[in-house]
Amino acid sequence: MLQQIIDRRLSGKNKSIGNRERFLKRYREQIRAAVRRAVGERSIRDVDRGETVTVPRKDLSEPTFRHGPGGVREHVIPGNREYARGDRIKRPQGGAGVAGGGNASPDGQGEDDFAFTLSREEFMHYFFEDLALPNLIRTQLAETPEFKFRRAGFTGDGTPNNIHVLRSMRGALGRRIALGSEHRRKLADLRAALAEARRRPEPQAGDIAALEAEIDRLARRLRAIPYLDPIDLRYRNRVRVPQPISKAVMFCLMDVSGSMDEARKDIAKRFFILLYLFLTRHYERTEVVFIRHHTQADEVDEHDFFHATESGGTVVSSALILMQDIIRERYAAGDWNIYGAQASDGDNWGQDSAKCRELLDTSLLPLVRYFAYVQVAEGQQSLWEEYARVATENPNFAMRMIAGASDIYPVFRDLFRREAAA
Amino acid sequence: MSVTLQACAPVARAAQPLPCPSEWTFELIDAYHDAIARTARSFGLDTYANQLEIITAEQMMDAYASVGMPVNYKHWSFGKQFIATERSYRRGQMGLAYEIVINSDPCISYLMDENTLPMQALVIAHAAYGHNSFFKGNYLFRMWTDASSIIDYLVYARTYIAECEEKHGIEAVEQMLDSCHALMDQGVDRYRRPQRLSLAQEKARRSEREIYLQQQVNDLWRTLPRRTDRRADAGRARFPEEPQENILYFIEKHAPLLEPWQREVVRIVRKVAQYFYPQRQTQVMNEGWATFWHYTLLNSMYDEGLLTDGFMLEFLQSHTSVVAQPAGGRLNPYALGFAMMRDIRRICESPTDEDRLWFPDIAGSDWRTTLDYAMRNFKDESFIGQFLSPELMRRFRLFALRDDQAQPDLEVSAIHDEAGYRQLRESLARQYDINHREPNIQVWSVDTRGDRSLTLRHLQQSGRPLNQDADEVLRHVARLWGFRVVLESVDGTGRELKRREASPVRD
Repeated sequence: MLQQIIDRRLSGKNKSIGNRERFLKRYREQIRAAVRRAVGERSIRDVDRGETVTVPRKDLSEPTFRHGPGGVREHVIPGNREYARGDRIKRPQGGAGVAGGGNASPDGQGEDDFAFTLSREEFMHYFFEDLALPNLIRTQLAETPEFKFRRAGFTGDGTPNNIHVLRSMRGALGRRIALGSEHRRKLADLRAALAEARRRPEPQAGDIAALEAEIDRLARRLRAIPYLDPIDLRYRNRVRVPQPISKAVMFCLMDVSGSMDEARKDIAKRFFILLYLFLTRHYERTEVVFIRHHTQADEVDEHDFFHATESGGTVVSSALILMQDIIRERYAAGDWNIYGAQASDGDNWGQDSAKCRELLDTSLLPLVRYFAYVQVAEGQQSLWEEYARVATENPNFAMRMIAGASDIYPVFRDLFRREAAA
Repeated sequence: MSVTLQACAPVARAAQPLPCPSEWTFELIDAYHDAIARTARSFGLDTYANQLEIITAEQMMDAYASVGMPVNYKHWSFGKQFIATERSYRRGQMGLAYEIVINSDPCISYLMDENTLPMQALVIAHAAYGHNSFFKGNYLFRMWTDASSIIDYLVYARTYIAECEEKHGIEAVEQMLDSCHALMDQGVDRYRRPQRLSLAQEKARRSEREIYLQQQVNDLWRTLPRRTDRRADAGRARFPEEPQENILYFIEKHAPLLEPWQREVVRIVRKVAQYFYPQRQTQVMNEGWATFWHYTLLNSMYDEGLLTDGFMLEFLQSHTSVVAQPAGGRLNPYALGFAMMRDIRRICESPTDEDRLWFPDIAGSDWRTTLDYAMRNFKDESFIGQFLSPELMRRFRLFALRDDQAQPDLEVSAIHDEAGYRQLRESLARQYDINHREPNIQVWSVDTRGDRSLTLRHLQQSGRPLNQDADEVLRHVARLWGFRVVLESVDGTGRELKRREASPVRD
């Protein structure tokens, strides 16, 4: 009988990857909703991982013609201990027939929802899809794209251009010495013996011939030791080190006056997340400072930043002043790359907008690498006009009025472009 | 290879036992396979050649996801299956099956690399000799499937579907497949043997068929009747002339609006459904047969002294958990099938008076011949109807529960006693009858002269209505047919009980 055993273990798993893609595509809407929900719940620093998505099982069903409940049916069941013919039994609750009926789902898993886990990549894919990020930026954000080659000693293999000649030759020399020393010592002994034999008064021709033959053999052996062997070669070793090597701080400034509702805060949050993701890719360490303000500004933690509601008027400059103070105290500009992100609905106390422009122009913008402002409401009020003047004069200031998540990215367009080119 | 014979229990039998460390190696699998093959031959098992493939757990899940086949076309439902399998596996809710075996020639059995050596031997005996001989011998498999070409056909199907996705877009192909999958169970020939498939022929004939089919369809839907046909038309009142059971086949051949590639997709789904059709009808027999033979083969090897006590303990532990039958639950097909196979052997070898009365033909006959005959010529329904013995019904303590929706209570209609044996046996056989388990739906008529609507007829049995999915499935039929579709549910007398309709959504 012909038979063969085949080891398939190395011939690739993930044959189902195409099927999985099709599955995810089909439930895109549910997945996007789940991602949106997750983004809402997660901390900004925590966005960057997978997520469990739940799809109601009824949406997943593959319909087929089957018998429904009703009519007459008979089931044969094992394990009778108590019944006799003609006994009557109460119908089990639910009415869907007894065990063994045709109603169990075909895959034997109950009616609960169908949950599965999105990988980090898939999660980020859906997150970016919402933000309408260009593909190049997606790849930049989703991976750690920049590496620097750094020397890391020597290795035994590599490409010819990396050969370290000195090391290789030193190795070869050592090998030649090590391999040949035994022979050389014997050779020296034999030569001494030969000289001794020749010096004798009555030289024995046979002895001398034997010694010469042996000397000849050893000399041949010594000559056979290669001068340079492939195992001698040493290459300079270079390892790829992820590039982010410095530190950044990101200031999130948000107006929390009564007019900022949940929807606006949600857009603002995505705006902050995007900047945060960008910074984490470029800097080894990224700190986040949350400043919220109405008429006064406070530094708060992330939860309060997004969830506590305040009311009252709005004085934007209070936040800018606080930011400036914090920078002066904790983030001396030489050591830190400072980024500012501000979200507001555009309301401001009348006289204050001019002061904001003043602050940005003279003291803040010179300190920061980039400052982005989004207005999450329609209407151009005094703050918008003043900021527009700032934007014309400063290349590191960007602003945008946004109505939905997909408007967020253009705010960063310049930032991404410049950093990508750098 | 270090062999630790000491680790195994001492054996007092003549032969030198095969080494049994718990880790397997290729050499050991080979050695065990040889021994099992020899034993199987001595029992006269006739099999296809075997191909054993070692795979990882991930690959096992891949195989699971594509209905156990090594290749298959891409579809989201397989992705869903994979995700579900992976999830329950990772959570530890479910062990993976020990084996998957493919009805092909050579017969492919998967051995998972996590299994211990005794488990691998068990799988070889169970799948490579049990299932394999069933595939080769059983009349349903002989009639309906062509083991030598199924892998080729699936390769062809995958390539073709991928080409279609490229040409017509993933979404269009997915819609077609969704609709066809919904009708898979109604896409099999139940009484006629399908043509043999082969990759080369299949490709060569496809274009030919596409042209011809389109002609046929055009002809059927000819809007300008030929003058000479007029009289004949009046007589041709019905189309199709007789009701058709294979809805997918009917759609493939006669749906007016399908493009050639869409007909080919219907055909592919239909062929795959046909391939699985015998498996759906022989679960009890197939598993019973395979379980019986792994049990018999390994025990006989133990008696020869080839297997150690340690091996047998591990094997029996797995075996008993496979054939466990919890009381009051669903019948475990492994338990029932195994018990019936063993019971037939018992009836042959040491019949009681009751057996002689119930099974005069086989009581006292040669058990190998009888079992072989049973394996070759029956399916679950007829196998149970023929061979379920009173002895076994008592052992399983079977009882029948009649569930009449019109009655407030369930009624115990038969139990394992003299009065109930025959009824129990009939009832259980019917439970495994695919024609009883699945609703009977046929293509009834097409309004060729009017709005081209298609009428399906559901013959309602025992007053059992269709499930809620029916409307959804009907929409799929409408998508395939391209015009209005009607589904009538009628009772035995032809009285209409319920009428469903669906029209295709036009883009």
